Amino acid sequence: MLTDTGKIEEMATRMAEQDVRGRSPWADARRRFLRNKAAMTALVVLVLVALFAAFGAQFTSFNNEDIDFMVIGQVAELGYPSLASGHYFGTDDLGRDLYARTVQGTQISLMVGILGAGVAVVVGTLYGAISGYVGGALDNFMMRIVDVLMAIPYMFVLIIMLTAFGRSISLLFIGIGLLSWLDMSRIVRGQTLSLKHKEFIEAARASGVSSAKIILRHIVPNLLGVVVVYATLLIPSMIMAESFISFLGLGVQEPDTSWGALISEGARTMKFGTLWQLAFPLFFFVVTIFAFYFVGDGLRDALDPKDR
Amino acid sequence: MKKNWLIATALSAFIAFPALAETRVINGEELAADQTFIYRILDDFKTLDPQLNSDVSGSEVMRDLFEGLMNEKADGSLEPGVAESYTVSDDGKTYTFHLRDALWSDGKPVTAGDFVYAWQRLANPETASEYAWYMELMGIENASAVVKGEADPSELGVKAIDDKTFEVKLINPLPYFPAMTVHSSTFPSPQWAIEEHGQNWTKPGNMVSNGAYVLTEYAPGEKLVRERNVNYWNNEETILDKSVALIINDEAQALTRYLAGELHKTEVPTGQYPRLKEQYPDQATAVPYSCSYFYWLNMSDKGPEALKDVRVRKALSYAVNRDVIVDRIMQGGQTAAYNLTHTATANFTTPDIPYASWTQQERVAKAKELLAEAGYGPQNPLELKISYNTSEGHKKIAIAVSQFWKAIGVTAVLENTEWKVHTENMQDKNYEVARYAWCGDYNEASTYLDLLTSYSGHNNAGFNNADYDALMAESKTIADPSELYTQAEAILAEEMPFIPMYHYTNVNMFKPNLRGWPLENVMRTWYSRDLYLVKD
Amino acid sequence: MLSYIARRIMIAIPTLLVLIVFSFLLMHLAPGSPFTQERAIPPEILANLEAKYGLDQPLYVQLLQYIKNVVFHFDFGPSFVYKDRTVNEIIANGFPITLTYGVLSFVVAVVVGVTLGACAAIYQNSWLDYITVGISIGAQVLPNFVMAPILVLIFTLMLGWLPGGGWEGGQWQYLVMPVIALSTSYMASIARLTRSSMLEVLTSNHIRTARAKGMPARRIILNHALKPAMLPVVSYLGPTFVAMVTGSVVIDMYFSTGGIGLAFVNAALNRDYSLMMGVTILVGALTILFSLIVDLLYAWIDPRIRH
Repeated sequence: MLTDTGKIEEMATRMAEQDVRGRSPWADARRRFLRNKAAMTALVVLVLVALFAAFGAQFTSFNNEDIDFMVIGQVAELGYPSLASGHYFGTDDLGRDLYARTVQGTQISLMVGILGAGVAVVVGTLYGAISGYVGGALDNFMMRIVDVLMAIPYMFVLIIMLTAFGRSISLLFIGIGLLSWLDMSRIVRGQTLSLKHKEFIEAARASGVSSAKIILRHIVPNLLGVVVVYATLLIPSMIMAESFISFLGLGVQEPDTSWGALISEGARTMKFGTLWQLAFPLFFFVVTIFAFYFVGDGLRDALDPKDR
Repeated sequence: MKKNWLIATALSAFIAFPALAETRVINGEELAADQTFIYRILDDFKTLDPQLNSDVSGSEVMRDLFEGLMNEKADGSLEPGVAESYTVSDDGKTYTFHLRDALWSDGKPVTAGDFVYAWQRLANPETASEYAWYMELMGIENASAVVKGEADPSELGVKAIDDKTFEVKLINPLPYFPAMTVHSSTFPSPQWAIEEHGQNWTKPGNMVSNGAYVLTEYAPGEKLVRERNVNYWNNEETILDKSVALIINDEAQALTRYLAGELHKTEVPTGQYPRLKEQYPDQATAVPYSCSYFYWLNMSDKGPEALKDVRVRKALSYAVNRDVIVDRIMQGGQTAAYNLTHTATANFTTPDIPYASWTQQERVAKAKELLAEAGYGPQNPLELKISYNTSEGHKKIAIAVSQFWKAIGVTAVLENTEWKVHTENMQDKNYEVARYAWCGDYNEASTYLDLLTSYSGHNNAGFNNADYDALMAESKTIADPSELYTQAEAILAEEMPFIPMYHYTNVNMFKPNLRGWPLENVMRTWYSRDLYLVKD
Repeated sequence: MLSYIARRIMIAIPTLLVLIVFSFLLMHLAPGSPFTQERAIPPEILANLEAKYGLDQPLYVQLLQYIKNVVFHFDFGPSFVYKDRTVNEIIANGFPITLTYGVLSFVVAVVVGVTLGACAAIYQNSWLDYITVGISIGAQVLPNFVMAPILVLIFTLMLGWLPGGGWEGGQWQYLVMPVIALSTSYMASIARLTRSSMLEVLTSNHIRTARAKGMPARRIILNHALKPAMLPVVSYLGPTFVAMVTGSVVIDMYFSTGGIGLAFVNAALNRDYSLMMGVTILVGALTILFSLIVDLLYAWIDPRIRH
């Protein structure tokens, strides 16, 4: 659930220090990323998981909600994974096809992760950029707000929100996202502070470009590297947070499911001879989270101007 | 709704179960050296104050720690508690209880004054008990006025004639009144301890009680221990020394700990009964339990238009395959329900409900036909929202029902909310289809059937049928109302204000050396003092 | 430094106020009340209950009253659901439990994590390194609600070594599984973090110089490498501790420890307004305290940073 922000901050500092007018660092970064075996393998894994989420449903005749009435009630005996029965991953406790449910759970979990991280990144970047660029009293005020919000135990608040407004997938990722933009805003602010005195920004300002335009056209694009790295590392935290919420029973509505919901159901029934119900979703969960970590680390190493 | 609470005790006569007093050396079995009974409960206790308690698991503890005027035997019939005997006045409105010589755990005698204090305390608005209505339900003089704060608690119709004589005045004659004194909210409470310690009087060490056990340890969220009360009047007959409730939130976890030998009793997780029965035939038990599971169909003004049409309601009910629910999902010996009243209810004959005897294919065919008649089909598809509260079991059934409805072309959207929200939505009639369960307050059919009267506070469907109300009103006046109950059930089957699903069982694991559990008690009332452990 | 601490404490006050107001309003917005019961309570009794708990007052009066009690009397009020206990009492009871296994898990996670990570870095590409990295990859993302039942299956049911739950005043047998379940994933993250930052330090110029000068390896590591390598780890500690308090929900649920985590979730579900607020404020205060401690630690390790 935690991201190592320290390194990203260092990276951000170095990126801001380097000469931004020069050739785009992206070509360099791509070359370096391609050479990073671990990150490339992880990227391939992520692509496979994404393909699984997108097209996995094509390869089964079952869907995620239909109960197999031949199997229900005797899941331990008949619902095991088998190519012959068409239940490649077996069935869940109700006789629903676990393969189809894993496909669908993968979609939800990836969506929560990506959209949640997206919300966090967009809000955090804009907030940090505005705070840093405008500076002065506004900056001070905005950063005090971040300080205040930092001290709020966000998982607790999320639980209160989900009980207050009822569970819904959109509330979930907005909630998770809105509660995790704080680190991002600090990093971005720091970088903006050092960017804003660069020549090209001064030049833009001198030629009368509006502040909003400067922030969106000149500051934010230069933050892209940090943003991408941070987002990649934030996604697994989002997915893990979602799994905890699902464990508490506050996650997505049936018949939809998510990795967290599948894993917590699987963990409940694991001693009843249906271990596959835990194994398959857990495998996807673990593999994906690690793939994101490796890709995020790889991106950071690739984009970090250090030792160049 | 619970006009005749716990009539059970008066009405039911089950297989006579030998009272423990005579069975101390039952079957020549040697008693285990350590007489400690350990069982699992789901959630922490909300209170240990008899007048404030409203939980089932709390009542179990209350019955051990305190003793009221009357007790229940294993079969549910009445036996004397603190009251050795009672007399009723000719007009049936005055009950006089004669108390036995009994002591509180601190050695003080149990007096009629302790009951007066407790009953006034229950009704007193300052106590703010959620069970204050129980005094009104018992029909005690001035109870309503006291609860509303219009009369002083001292005006409640209870009086201590002397230390050993307790007198109660009722508004109307109530033949089953003594049975109502089995309920834990009527247990006596020690005024001196409550005044000395205030809210803290229920803490171990502070608590003074008059039951077979005293509270010795309570670790919130972990466990509660009660141990033998040597001052209890019938202490000699008590075998079990110690009763321990462990709070274990996760039922699979509880089962693991049971199998590891840490518990004598735990619930069987949904769907695991057949497997456990096969593996542990002497430990897994499923016995009828007086509760009924059904889906409300909101036919009130706030409900969807479709559900006002009886054909739609019938179609939805016919489409549900109860056999799959009981045999394939619940798998704990539950019985498929086509009517409301639990089939094991005393003196109740399950009526012949026509669709109960059809095959599922016939039901589905009929359901499709009815839906088409009502104007729903591929051109005008019907979509309904099923609401249920968070729980694995409810979820499974809701998913299955949505599948059954799919077969007749009805789309079900599932809405899972937590219990508080679900309850409030139902009470506000802010739902379309909602999962519900009703548990009998006493062992007689009216505890179920009164629910659907138009004046019932829990008629969440908004069902309003004059014939039905008349039947239920009449049933209160005649000696054998079973014929009327059959007619009432027939109306329900014809009007279908809800979809009956199944009748409950209590599915437990009991260690083979545990004795004395009242399995035949459909109300699930048990006392630790009836239990004991034999050598393995 | 002192003024920095003072400023942080000054920030803490509005933070807690925001937290109180925000969660108070959210909580009261939630459908259902503490007295929603399966069998609806008659209106006159509901009125008695609401009068007893002050719910008949306008919301802002309740809020002001609440803040006043908390600030001036340190009184979080009576629990709405646990009728014979106050919130202060419930917290006083559950929090030491959470703190005991939380701190223990924290210490285990940090000590074992740092040691493993540092060893893995020093013996980079040895079998020790591979094992550490391999295990920490798996352990870091294994949710503790999967780990807890697995532990009980192994240690209680199969081996019979440890009791499957309970607290018993915190005897060691009852602590082992909660601590393992709670600490493992953080231990793994800390090990990975330490390893990578240690590697960075070990390849840095000043260590190379020290090595070239022939300084003994042990001294290099202890005196020069470990401290700077700790920086990223230290910044990780604050959030870790708070995450552990949150994680205690799972521990209390599976091990019947009676801590504050489960009390919080139950309070949210039961609409026990006062208990819910009490725990939220407590955890908020802890969050602030820990981020302060971490900042001070940071400044101590890296004297260049002065706020």
